[in-house]
Amino acid sequence: MKTKTKTNGHVAAVRGPAPLIAPPGARARVTVNRAYKMFVGGAFVRSESGRYFQVKTGAIVRGADPDVLNMPRGSRKDVRDAVLAAKNAESGWAGRTAFNRAQILYRLAEMMESRRDELATSLVRAGASPEEASREVEASIDRCVYYAGFADKFHALVASSNPVAGPHFGFSVPEPMGVVGVVAPSRPALLGLVSTVLPVICGGNTCVALASDADPRTALVWTECVATSDMPGGVVNVLTGHAKEIAPVLARHREVMAIDAWLSDGKLRASLEQDGADNVKRTKTHDDTADWYARGGEGVTFIERFLETKTVWHPVGI
Amino acid sequence: MKKLAKRNGNGHNELDFGKAWDYAPAPEATDHVKIAPRYELFIGGKWQKPLSKKYFDTISPSTEQKLAEVAEADAADVDAAVAAARRGYEKYWSKLPGAERAKYIFRIARAIQEKARELAVVESMDGGKPIKESRDVDVPLAAAHFFYHAGWADKLDYAFHGRRARPLGVAAQIIPWNFPLLMAAWKIAPALACGNTVVLKPAETTPLTALLLAHIVQEAELPPGVVNIVTGAGATGAALAGHADVNKIAFTGSTEIGKRIQRAIAGTNKKITLELGGKAANIIFADAPIDQAVEGIIKGIYFNQGHVCCAGSRLLVEESVHDVVVRKLRDRMATLRLGDPLDKNTDVGAINSKMQLQKIKELVKAGEDEGGDRFSAPCAIPQKGYWFAPTFFTGVAQSSRIAREEVFGPVLSILTFRTPDEAIEKANNTMYGLSAGIWTDKGAKIFWLAQKLKAGVIWGNTYNKFDPSAPFGGYKESGFGREGGRQGLSAYVELE
Amino acid sequence: MTLQVPSHSKKHFGAPSHFNPASPPVDQIAIEERVAALAKRSIKKASKVSGLRLTVAMMDLTTLEGKDTPGKVRQMCQKALLPLDRDPTIGPAAAVCVYPNLVPVAKKALAGSKVKVASVATAFPSGQSPLPIKLDDVRRAVELGADEIDMVIDRGAMLSGDYRKVFDEIAATKEACGAAHLKVILETGELGSLDTVRKASEIGIAAGGDFIKTSTGKIVPAATPQVTLVMLEAIRDHYHATGHKVGMKPAGGIRTAKQALHYLVIVKETLGDAWLTPDLFRFGASTLLNDVLMQLEKERTGFYQANEDFSKD
Repeated sequence: MKTKTKTNGHVAAVRGPAPLIAPPGARARVTVNRAYKMFVGGAFVRSESGRYFQVKTGAIVRGADPDVLNMPRGSRKDVRDAVLAAKNAESGWAGRTAFNRAQILYRLAEMMESRRDELATSLVRAGASPEEASREVEASIDRCVYYAGFADKFHALVASSNPVAGPHFGFSVPEPMGVVGVVAPSRPALLGLVSTVLPVICGGNTCVALASDADPRTALVWTECVATSDMPGGVVNVLTGHAKEIAPVLARHREVMAIDAWLSDGKLRASLEQDGADNVKRTKTHDDTADWYARGGEGVTFIERFLETKTVWHPVGI
Repeated sequence: MKKLAKRNGNGHNELDFGKAWDYAPAPEATDHVKIAPRYELFIGGKWQKPLSKKYFDTISPSTEQKLAEVAEADAADVDAAVAAARRGYEKYWSKLPGAERAKYIFRIARAIQEKARELAVVESMDGGKPIKESRDVDVPLAAAHFFYHAGWADKLDYAFHGRRARPLGVAAQIIPWNFPLLMAAWKIAPALACGNTVVLKPAETTPLTALLLAHIVQEAELPPGVVNIVTGAGATGAALAGHADVNKIAFTGSTEIGKRIQRAIAGTNKKITLELGGKAANIIFADAPIDQAVEGIIKGIYFNQGHVCCAGSRLLVEESVHDVVVRKLRDRMATLRLGDPLDKNTDVGAINSKMQLQKIKELVKAGEDEGGDRFSAPCAIPQKGYWFAPTFFTGVAQSSRIAREEVFGPVLSILTFRTPDEAIEKANNTMYGLSAGIWTDKGAKIFWLAQKLKAGVIWGNTYNKFDPSAPFGGYKESGFGREGGRQGLSAYVELE
Repeated sequence: MTLQVPSHSKKHFGAPSHFNPASPPVDQIAIEERVAALAKRSIKKASKVSGLRLTVAMMDLTTLEGKDTPGKVRQMCQKALLPLDRDPTIGPAAAVCVYPNLVPVAKKALAGSKVKVASVATAFPSGQSPLPIKLDDVRRAVELGADEIDMVIDRGAMLSGDYRKVFDEIAATKEACGAAHLKVILETGELGSLDTVRKASEIGIAAGGDFIKTSTGKIVPAATPQVTLVMLEAIRDHYHATGHKVGMKPAGGIRTAKQALHYLVIVKETLGDAWLTPDLFRFGASTLLNDVLMQLEKERTGFYQANEDFSKD
């Protein structure tokens, strides 16, 4: 079965440079096209279902992919595999020092910076103007640096020493929840994805994210940054496909402890909330209208939403 | 059943830590390290010859060989550095958003990681500390401090409960010789993160790694004047602390000099933080994991030749385990390897300077004169250089000089106590209050003592742990202000 | 923590301290830091060569598989006698360690040499059989010629708090050994905490073990530097208290020369010179030997060696 993703309205207005045409007499070089795969457990995989959907583009960019791309259309079993990968990565990631998580997130920012042109090209192919694309990529890299800097600091802001009335020393510390499902914002595809995934893993959770349906390719280009960033396999898993198919499976999966869904489809949001109740999932759904460029698009609250609080009592005495 | 014999340790059941199998020399390679014959002052992003026209030698305390000559900044040089810092502040640094400042500081952290081995080797050559410490402690922690504080630069709004933080301006920073690069990191990183520019003066016996750091700052393309490094001795430091155009003084060093600076700036609007001396109690209870506690004693007092302000220099042992602790400590000290700081197997390096060695010798003599029972590890002392074998005294009283004064060397005083109350009383019976250690298997007791100890850092079943996320600083005459953590930022901001 | 070493008849089992010693607490994090620090000792040149030669001499070359045959054991014995054909000054190994059925084969192959034959016994590896069967296992192995017996403690009893049973079985095994040396396998990988390792060590020592040994090799984790350090500390305290030297054998999971040197460093800096001998320290290993030989050849020739150049017995 084939489905089409609608190309964004403003594509037509923005055209990249002319395609590379070999001068007369020279041998035309045929480019090698990249196959796009989902990112699960640190590996690049096709959908186990064998299904695909097509992404088309109108914006022509020198040396870029063909105009029609086949993207894996993730299935219920892909969700199962991705959650398993995330679950297996959970204790290792949570068990690392906060400093180490910070280092890895910073390394990711470095990888994004080194692939900024590729990320920007992908955004342009999905309809952004070159100026918009570059602005989005820069904001995404800076957001990654922002959360790199938060990995060893949010504790100091959300933990407490509890002055309990008695001879006990009390403190409350944040702990990751476990596997968190993310349905990424549709646009901006890259900034929305990093702004939702990074706070989740910054807090020590692992994550299964469904990429923007409007621009799944940019998400997969981004996972190539993740793959080269020292991030342990399984911490970040990215699926492509249809929210209507994938999101309910995430919401019903009992190993998924929380879900963060950015969806314009109100009915789907409501049904995810319903589904999540089965394992008392921390289900957060949002209309997909946030301004991810604004200061409100980042902050400790994004991390705190996916943390448990653990209160410890200890006697003070001889 | 065979060979039971010789029960009870009346001197017969001694262990022999000899040379049945010994380690061959394992010197760290130095061929990749470049030390220039001469270093100028780093002012306004450039290397500038000192207006004083004077230079002084920095030597290796393990060989007494000259490593390089270094500019000696006088008042005019300090004035130029402060002016450059002011320009750097006005023109560039105060105008940069936090997120952009952050990326510069991250660059410094990365470069320290990239040059880690070179920095470690130079640190050990210039300061005498074992390469395993400079390699595994000083340099990685220095990088971590820059890394950590970089992350605060765009999050200051969170750090002060919603109040807006403004930088102070130019910070004058004076650091000691015991952790030269690490102290530079502790000072520079939070200052820059909070939006200040700095003039840093490293100690005169250990200027080299701060100067290598200046190269890193240059290569990281920080705007000119944001970080300035001036070298020199006490007079340079006094000129810097007393300069009219600095807004903040951060000093780590002796309590004596700290008091002098505090007096000198009285009546000005300068903000100040002081991280001064210590005479920490390391308290061992009978229910402690004794073998691990002995490791903690070693780490507490012989780490970095005891040149550590938070060193566990007073061991308070519950009387019932005194003898077993002392016996185990002697065994453990027999395995300490003193010598070439660049040998990867060296545990105890050189004393930082001739002057410091004199001071240690004087206090040890006082300990002997006062009737303390001295034990020194059976180490061979090299011919050249400044060395002091790890030493402890038993039979020490609270009133002994070696129990009261900071030796700042590998010398431990062992005292006993009978009850937890007595342990607290003795531990707090000092003008200092920087740190303390507690060893017991009972968690409640750790928290009980932690509550009662008048010290800024308490280690439970561990010692000498440092982390950029953990505030460090003292009570009482060990100074005020904290370095590290959210709390450490307040030293470098003004709240609106 | 003073321990008395009992004689091995049942009438002495009454005093509680024999089978339930008041072991000192062990701090896991500090142990880990200590072994990590010791792992950073840099062992080069002459000290590497002498350390590796010592390692070979301390090795209990082991095969404990269902598919063991006389042929396999004979080849292993040959390797124990002459580990590296081009250099007869290396070796021989301290012992070979086999199942009881193969003791006569090993005994014959090693006749006239000083290489000892060790046999596992006491319903190895689980130890989950009635005591008479386990003791019979020991007696038969000794009759077949074993010089050393590697027994397993009853971990079930240890973990359920029946320390007396653990103690009594070791003491009875010691008696059954006669002149054979007894190594007491604690199977530390099943004991759950370093505190329990420490307690089991003290019981093993107090009940008469000549050696205490970490593992059967059938459980992961087998030997680790952490449990080895804790066991060495127990041996050290016992020595200080009694003057009696108990041996130590880490076994299983030690595959590289680098690991072996790390263990030697731990021994050197915990117990000192007296324990740096095959009489008091052994490695239980099967694949370690060839890596050690490769490193020795590398030191001799100055070049990195190929695995294929070493005999795979």
